Amino acid sequence: MDAETSLTDPTPDATLARNARRARRRRRARLTANYAALTAAAIVILFPVYMAVVNSLLKEGQIAEQPPPLFPNHPQWHNYSTAWTSGHLSTYLANSAVVSITIVVAQIITSILAGYAFAFLRFPFRRTLFLVCLATLMIPFEVTLITNLNTVTSLGWFNSYAGLAVPFLATGFGIFLLRQAFLAIPKDLEEAARLDGYGHWRFMWRVAVPLARPVVAALAVFSFLAAWNQYLWPLVATGGNTPLYTVQIGLKELVGTQADQLNVSLAGAVIAFVPLLILLIVFQKQLVRSLTAGAVK
Amino acid sequence: MTTVELSPPRLLHSRRSRLRREALLGYGLVLPALAVFAVFSFYPFIRNFKVALYQSPPVPGLPSRYVGLHQFGHVLSSSNFLESLLTTVIFVALVVPISLLLGLVLAVAAQRKLAGLRIYRTIFSSTVVSSVAVAAVVFGTLMNPIVGLLPWLGISTQPPLLENTTWALPAIAVMSIWQFLGLSFIIMSAGLQSVPEEVLEASRIDGATAWTRFWRVTIPLLSPTIFFAIVVGTIYAFQTFGQIDILIGFSNDPARLHTNVLIYNIVTTLQQENNAGAAAVMSIALFVLTLLLTLVQMRFLEKRVSYGR
Repeated sequence: MDAETSLTDPTPDATLARNARRARRRRRARLTANYAALTAAAIVILFPVYMAVVNSLLKEGQIAEQPPPLFPNHPQWHNYSTAWTSGHLSTYLANSAVVSITIVVAQIITSILAGYAFAFLRFPFRRTLFLVCLATLMIPFEVTLITNLNTVTSLGWFNSYAGLAVPFLATGFGIFLLRQAFLAIPKDLEEAARLDGYGHWRFMWRVAVPLARPVVAALAVFSFLAAWNQYLWPLVATGGNTPLYTVQIGLKELVGTQADQLNVSLAGAVIAFVPLLILLIVFQKQLVRSLTAGAVK
Repeated sequence: MTTVELSPPRLLHSRRSRLRREALLGYGLVLPALAVFAVFSFYPFIRNFKVALYQSPPVPGLPSRYVGLHQFGHVLSSSNFLESLLTTVIFVALVVPISLLLGLVLAVAAQRKLAGLRIYRTIFSSTVVSSVAVAAVVFGTLMNPIVGLLPWLGISTQPPLLENTTWALPAIAVMSIWQFLGLSFIIMSAGLQSVPEEVLEASRIDGATAWTRFWRVTIPLLSPTIFFAIVVGTIYAFQTFGQIDILIGFSNDPARLHTNVLIYNIVTTLQQENNAGAAAVMSIALFVLTLLLTLVQMRFLEKRVSYGR
């Protein structure tokens, strides 16, 4: 039954079919609008990054052109090697990697240990000590900055990996997350493991931690992101003739020394962004889980 | 006979020692984390109050002088602090509402189940991984007067945007909005997913339009999430340091005074003026602001929960 007949012969059937068709058309229009809106938003969000990539591949003079080139016709890949060598990016990336990985591994271990104790063991002041751990989340970093700089300097850790990593080896957030995950483990399982002769240590590593693996992964991604993107602490805790800059501070230095070569600075920024882009694409689920841990409920 | 008499105390003894061993293990497991917190969170937090009571010497190396609460009055009433506080408030007012609204709009748009939505979600969340330094370099160069983009769009770069007393702070806010948008989107999406489908369905059956449903059902149910996002966003905005350090810090131009947010003020007071005492007072002020905000959020959430169920 097509539109022609339904117009001349308005039987209930025809009206129904026409309405269905109209509804379908309306739905398709709404779908198209929805996609159009999503795509427009995506373009706006990606535009700065896209322009950064394009400009990083332009010749110096091309950057000033109007209208700005939207595509690098003769990509200048050597901008990247200039940024890499003159910005000492390999050293700074290595520094960032060492510090971030140390922080992630340590935070996972300290969080598992403390989270396990708070979830499975009974001891005096357990609740108080847990609240003490949570209270650290209320202390903003800038309040501890002045004294931590003193402490690290007097320990001889100024401009060292220890100075960059040690203040962050534990996190109240991680302890909170792992305690929650451990509390979700059924009591029967714990009793069964006890009857099989599992002590606490074996139960922790053979049963509890494997069961909490998604949470551990979420914490790992979250702490890596936080550690890699630190700015203020590596800025104040490094210096001297051979500064142990992380890649973030290295970028600041690159911008300062290559002030007249914007394409090189941008190439450096793109290089610094790539590890995190990979992190986002591979671990999106874990990242979202950790970032929303406090949002709902 | 004798064995029966002996066994209860022995049992009790073994139970007590088991409990003691469990407690010892507990303390042992908590110790590494608590040691880090003690040295790098609680000690500096407490000592910060002491630092705030001493006036730093004019030349580093000389002993600092005890001035007590006097320093609080002096610093908190100084025009430097008050202007800095005002700049911070303006900055928060620019960044937080806009990024939260945009995040909510994106979350609503990306909520319906569509093919290919995963890619859009990845793009919308992507700015959460961009570091402060990367964002600063990307936006800073695009705003650079040498680059053709802004003049071509008809935006004047004379004086350069980041050296302009009126536009430097909004320009940095644009950067921060972009950077916070990813997290805002993620939080709002999670909140939307937690809105129960049955409630929406019930209001649909009652004949509520999509618009009414959104404002009368979704938004009220989402309000704890929105409030959480406000707190997270405000704390994020309070800690905006890197962008200003990279883009404005180098120059001694007038824009610096107009982007002197509290955290930046604290660090320059500490590092360039060697005035730890004044920096400590300002950091306490920032802490109190953050604390008040979090307490308000907790009160709000408690209320929601008791109304809700």
